Amino acid sequence: MQLSAKNVGIFEAFYSSVKPIQLIHCILEIAKPGRLPSGRTEIPFEFPLKPKSNKCLYETYHGVFINIQYLLRCEMKRSLLNKDLQKVVEFILEYKDENEKAVIKAVDFSITPESLQNVKDRSKIPSFLLKGKLDSTICCITKPFTGEICVEKCDAAIRSIELQLVRVETCGCAEGYSRDATEIQNIQIGEGDVCRGIVIPIYMIFPRLFACPTLITSNFKIEFEVNIVVVFEDDHLITENFPIKLTRF
Amino acid sequence: MSYTWVAHPRNYDLEKKTGHLTAEEVIDHPLKPLTIMLQEGKVKRRPGSAASSTSSSTPGTPRKTSSSTTTTWGGVDPLSSLHPLSAALEGLDPLSQFAVTTDPLSQMASEASFNEKEFFSSKKSKHEENFEPWTSKRNAILNKYTTSEKLSIITSFLSGGEKVVVKTQSSMTDKVKTRLEQLDDFEEGSVREMLNLSQQEYVHRIEELNQALKQSWDQDQRVRALKIAIQCAKLLVDTSVIQFYPSKFVLITDILDNFGSLVYQRIHSKAEYHKPGNKYPVPLPENFTPDQVPESAKETCRNWFFKIASIRELIPRFYVETAILKSYSFLTHGEYSRALMRLTKMIRGIGDPLVAAFARCYLCRMTSSNSGQVFFSLFKLQSPVVQRTLVEQKIDLPTYLTLYSPALDWILHCVAYRASELVLKEVLLKCRSQCNSALLLNSIMTAFKPEFIAKRALDFVEMMKECDEAGFPKHLLYRTLGLCLVVADPPEDQRLQMLNEVWKVVTKLKNPADYMSCAEVWIEYPVKHFSKREVNTFLGDIIKHMNPDRAFESHYSQLVSVFDRILSHMHDFAMLFSMDHFLPFLDMLQKESVKVDVCKMVMETFVRTVREPTNDPVVINALMFICKTMHDSVNALTLDDEKRQVSALICRFIRQIDYGRDFEQQLSFYVEARATFSNLDPILVQLVQCVNHLAMKTRQIIKGHHTRKTAGFVKACSAYSFITIPSLTDVISRLDMYLISGQVALLNQCLSQADAFFKAAISLLPEVPKTVEVDGKHRSTEPFLISYISNFLSALLVIPDHPEQEPLYLIRGLLNVVQDYTWDSNSDARIIVYLNVLNLLSSMTQESYIYHIEKVDSNDALYGSDPKFLAMISKIGSTLVDEMLSHLKLLGDKGTFKRQASLAMDFFNRIVTHGDLTNNSLATLAVNLWGVINKHGTVDTKYCVRCLEFVKKRGMRPDGKAFTDLAARLQVPSRV
Repeated sequence: MQLSAKNVGIFEAFYSSVKPIQLIHCILEIAKPGRLPSGRTEIPFEFPLKPKSNKCLYETYHGVFINIQYLLRCEMKRSLLNKDLQKVVEFILEYKDENEKAVIKAVDFSITPESLQNVKDRSKIPSFLLKGKLDSTICCITKPFTGEICVEKCDAAIRSIELQLVRVETCGCAEGYSRDATEIQNIQIGEGDVCRGIVIPIYMIFPRLFACPTLITSNFKIEFEVNIVVVFEDDHLITENFPIKLTRF
Repeated sequence: MSYTWVAHPRNYDLEKKTGHLTAEEVIDHPLKPLTIMLQEGKVKRRPGSAASSTSSSTPGTPRKTSSSTTTTWGGVDPLSSLHPLSAALEGLDPLSQFAVTTDPLSQMASEASFNEKEFFSSKKSKHEENFEPWTSKRNAILNKYTTSEKLSIITSFLSGGEKVVVKTQSSMTDKVKTRLEQLDDFEEGSVREMLNLSQQEYVHRIEELNQALKQSWDQDQRVRALKIAIQCAKLLVDTSVIQFYPSKFVLITDILDNFGSLVYQRIHSKAEYHKPGNKYPVPLPENFTPDQVPESAKETCRNWFFKIASIRELIPRFYVETAILKSYSFLTHGEYSRALMRLTKMIRGIGDPLVAAFARCYLCRMTSSNSGQVFFSLFKLQSPVVQRTLVEQKIDLPTYLTLYSPALDWILHCVAYRASELVLKEVLLKCRSQCNSALLLNSIMTAFKPEFIAKRALDFVEMMKECDEAGFPKHLLYRTLGLCLVVADPPEDQRLQMLNEVWKVVTKLKNPADYMSCAEVWIEYPVKHFSKREVNTFLGDIIKHMNPDRAFESHYSQLVSVFDRILSHMHDFAMLFSMDHFLPFLDMLQKESVKVDVCKMVMETFVRTVREPTNDPVVINALMFICKTMHDSVNALTLDDEKRQVSALICRFIRQIDYGRDFEQQLSFYVEARATFSNLDPILVQLVQCVNHLAMKTRQIIKGHHTRKTAGFVKACSAYSFITIPSLTDVISRLDMYLISGQVALLNQCLSQADAFFKAAISLLPEVPKTVEVDGKHRSTEPFLISYISNFLSALLVIPDHPEQEPLYLIRGLLNVVQDYTWDSNSDARIIVYLNVLNLLSSMTQESYIYHIEKVDSNDALYGSDPKFLAMISKIGSTLVDEMLSHLKLLGDKGTFKRQASLAMDFFNRIVTHGDLTNNSLATLAVNLWGVINKHGTVDTKYCVRCLEFVKKRGMRPDGKAFTDLAARLQVPSRV
């Protein structure tokens, strides 16, 4: 694990002490010294993925603060006068099979003005009733996230209904821990002032690179949440948050 | 020296007897050998071409065979187009056939030149036969939904469009802004908004986007292509200029279609698979299964869908996914239908009903037609949104609702395609129970088979009544129903009730435009199913509606189409004109051109359908009126074709009128017609011909024995012609008419009339122009003149001399005219005429003429070969001979030997056939001419030999001594 080059500023200052953690390291020679014949030469190689002692291999994940990356570096040592050639490629690691399978856990929800938290002026809130259902909050990462939502009634005009996938990355270190939620993707499921009383499907495919099975380790946590966001015509928005658990299978 | 012309006396009866050839029975048609050869050729070719058709299936095959057929037969083969084999070959070639059929897919791929194009279109068109393709709707939509308002595009991919934008911006700050924008443009991804585009510019821009998409695709920038597609789809969110929305939809979905097929083709080309036992990969077959698709192609396919699934906004995501929906067939079997269901549900999230309707339409379009049923989800107009839109867009509800019809029509079209009646029932039931929207009803009627609609037409009327008044304009409903009933008939017992029910409502329509749009369609209904009375009432009703405020002025095209409908079904003109509202209806068309068009229409129908001659005064009167309208429309500016058309129609009408034995009535009709149609030459010619025909018919009936009454009538006919002919503008037709009328008069023993005709013709001859314009080219009138004069001469033979004039008065007159006529200096026409006159003169000297007119004494009877008369003829002949000889000499002086020789040959022939060779001077002349002929060797030697042989042969006859002598004096030139 290493700090992503993307992070800047304060975060770096705080966590500069966090060193990339090496999960695996393995070197092998794939060609003996000698001359390569001219033209294209393909050299087959293979090696077992064995984690270092008391570490385990996690699935590839690219986040904001946490990256799990597996790199393959190939080096060609050359004679004294020439520079060595080097090439690095990333390869993706996914679990083949795991005991933990997604168990369907449906959630019904309803959003009303009363159910809202941190509202400053309740009188300004239009009256509305949104009912819906998530087919499961434990989801297989390769399957779409599904459910449905229905605007039963709503006084104000709606501009958009959106589905927001959020990752929550928690890093622990000597100074304590930090928990940061960032958006991965935002999918619009309702455009404009949608019909009242009509069931709108909730459907989202998890992005392959930016999501991984929910991961909780002693050093860090990668968790995911889904927000259902309703944006009104006057730019006010209401959000309902659902923590979800992702599994590989 | 001068030669005298002495004609050789002949006995025509004897000649006729001796010269008579015995008829011989033949078995074969002279042209038949040719036909047989062709048939053989065909038989021979058959195996060859059949083999080539089976061995290769390239589209070039039929062309190859047809070209070889033409070469074997040499030149253009008249049969090649009808050749049964080539026709069969044409039919065999499925590729060319499918390339012709326009279906949505081929249209989609038309601009992309991929080899697979045919393959796809053939696949699609197989199960979409007689499924009306999207293309036909597409153009209709583009034409119908237009706007003059300004549009805007937000995109980052158009960089070529600055010029226009710069022009429209004038102030300094704007200019700076554009320059900055131009700088920005070089970086991809800068989003710019183009404002104030006219519709044309907008279309142009979208086309640019399409080009950009294709270009990026070709340059392997597929992500960029996808971005363009997404941005295009995003434009469909914007409904700001709502009248243009359907057109916008069409334009943008074109791009998306394009994108979809590009993706499909790319995956398809990647998806080569290994046939079992085959080493090399082959492209996927037409009906591949997902198992055949290799994993790499599936991965590419999945990548596309993943990319699209992460599009943030709903509408672009929907459209782009729908565009590449077809590619789901690479993945697994169930994927396609699952995606379909999901997309269908996804549309529910679209708030704007119009946008949602069009999204549904697109989904229907991209998927196979029959599954359209699934999409029939309830359609509700959500009032608050609509109300707001209406206020924003400043349009009224009916206009707004018509914007839906393209989408709805197409959806229902998909549902109804080959659907059974049950489906209609189901749909109707749903429609009735849920919303009973007029809009929906209208689309249902458009989409389903008219037979089904007609069957329950009354139910429909019932439903229409129940529909809420506000919203969709009702007259459109009635119009659509009418359109259905025109195609399919409702049950017999409901027909009248139907009409009454519908018309009760329609007749109450206040707006003339609405009323007319219904009436235009419904007129066909009574015309088809009911009698004159109902049609008459209907017409009366239309008149009643159209007359206030001169409403008819703005509905001419509909009124014309009413005529069209009536005329296409009612061919009984007596009945048509007996309707007391028909002519007033015609009168309502007060714009000249429209009226004339309708008149033409009526006449064309009359000409086409009426076979029997008529004498019904009502019909004649009405048609006369109609023809007069047409005739009066012709003026100096009228095109020639138009004149010809009108003339042809009127001529046809004149010919169609027949009073049977009532000739006087007929003549008076012609008099009336002449008075009415005096401006068009062809009609006058027709009239003269008709009158001549009438005179001849009279003669036929009384078998040549004129009574006083009939003689008077015939004279009246001649007088008619004589008066009519001078008003013809064309000299040539005047000449023709004079001659024909003169001959007719002569046949009817009206000698003085005939004389007058011939005199008029002769005095008209000098007026013949040298050239006439035919089809824009100048043609010399000389050939006409020669043949006309020859024709005239043969008539002259039988015309008796006028008792008060000197003998041969007409011939002299003609000769004077010929002499004075300014012939082309380079032509021998005058001499050719003279030669023909020589023929006439020879015939005139005979004791008994070769032909006579019954009951008319020709000159042979009048003079009885009086020597004075003969001498006169001989004198004229001699003058002519002198004329000709001097002309020959002139030709010789000018050095035009070829012409000289051929004329001399003609002359020689005349002498040999008609001249009396016992006369020494003539024989000498013949010998001299022979010398002239052969002097320069310009005449075909074979021809000369044949001539000489003829002379020798004549010499063998009993009286042929003179010929033998002549033959002895003639020599065939040795030169070749």
